[in-house]
Amino acid sequence: MILLELFFEFFCIGLFAVGGGLATVPFLTDLSIRTGWFSLDQLTNMIAISESTPGPLGVNMASYVGYEIAGIPGAILATLGLITPCLIIILIVIRCLQKFRNSQNVASIFYGLRPASTGLIAAAGWSVVCLSLIHITRPEGQFFPTAVEVSWSCLVLSAIILVLTHIKYTQKVHPVIWIALSAIAGAIFKL
Amino acid sequence: MNIYLNLFLTFAKVGVCTFGGGYAMLPILQREIVETRHWATDEELSDYFAIGQCTPGIIAVNTATFVGAKLKGPGGGIAATLGVVFPSIVIITIIAATLSNFQSYPVVEHAFNGIRACVCILIINAVIKLSKSSIVDIPTAILFVTVFLISAILGLSPAILVIICGILGLVIKRTHKKASAETKDKP
Repeated sequence: MILLELFFEFFCIGLFAVGGGLATVPFLTDLSIRTGWFSLDQLTNMIAISESTPGPLGVNMASYVGYEIAGIPGAILATLGLITPCLIIILIVIRCLQKFRNSQNVASIFYGLRPASTGLIAAAGWSVVCLSLIHITRPEGQFFPTAVEVSWSCLVLSAIILVLTHIKYTQKVHPVIWIALSAIAGAIFKL
Repeated sequence: MNIYLNLFLTFAKVGVCTFGGGYAMLPILQREIVETRHWATDEELSDYFAIGQCTPGIIAVNTATFVGAKLKGPGGGIAATLGVVFPSIVIITIIAATLSNFQSYPVVEHAFNGIRACVCILIINAVIKLSKSSIVDIPTAILFVTVFLISAILGLSPAILVIICGILGLVIKRTHKKASAETKDKP
C-alpha cells in the first residue's frame, strides 16, 4: 500500500511542480509535514545529495525519498510517479503542435519563446557563477550589494576551461571530460 | 541497434553526465543529440526548453520525451524518458544505501567546487550556441536581455516570463506584418 501511496504522492508533485527541479522542494516540504515519512533535516540532506550527484534534481529527490521509505521498489515507484504526468502532458503537447505545425501564429509565438528560453538558461548559468566564482552579499531589501567576494582559484579553472573549449584542437572533446578533469583539479588543489 | 534501445542508452548517458539540474544537461544534449546523432537541431532544443518551462514536470524529462517522441512516437518518448531517469535511480539507491553523508567529505566538496566552476562555462558556451538561432534581430535581443535580467535579479517565475514572451512574439510579428503591408500599399 505504501508503494501506491508513494506513486500517487509523487504523481501529484510531477503534475503541479512547474519549472525545474527546485520547484519540487516546496511540495516535498509539504509532504514531509503531512505524512511524516521524512524530517525536514533529512530533506535538507536530500537536496544536498541530489545536487551533487548526476541526473535531474527532481528525479534524484524522488529516488532518494522513495528509497528511504520503501527500499528499491520505493525508489522506482516514486520516480515513475514523478515522471508519468510530464510524459503524458508532453505527448499531448506534441500532438497539438503537429496539428498547428504550419500555423503562422505558432511560428510567431516561438519567435518570442526562443530568446526567452535562452535568457532563462543564461540566468541559470549566472546563478551557477554566483554559487562558485563570485559570492555577492546583498542584505534583504537592498538593491546594491555590500560585499563581492571572488574565489580566484575557481575563476582560474573556469578561465582555463573557457579557453580549452574554444581552441580548435580541444573543441571537440566531450563536455563530460571537462567535468571529470575539473573534479580532479578541484580535489587536488582543494578548491 | 534497435532505435528504442539506442534512445534509452543515449539518454541514460545524458543522465549520467548531468550534474546539477536540467540546465546543466544542455551542453551534453547539444553534443549527443544535435552534433553527434542529429536527432534535433539547436533551435528545436531551445523550443523544448521553453515549453518545458511552462508545462509541469522536470525539464530534463520533458526534453527527453520531446526528442524521443519526435523520433519514434510515444514509444520513443517513453524509452528516452526511462533512459534519462535510470542512472539517477541506480546512483541514488547506492548512495542512500551506503554513504548517507557522502557530501560532507572534504574531498567530495572540493571536487564539486571544481565541477561547478566547469559547469558554468559549459552553460555559457551552450547559451552562445543557442543565441545564434534565437537572437535573430533587435526585438529578440531586447527580449533576451530583459528576460535574463528579470530572471537573474528578481527571480520571477520562469513560466510567467515564457508566457509573456510568447504573447509578445505574436504581437511583434503581427505589427511588423501590418507595417510592411502598409508600406507595400503605398505607391
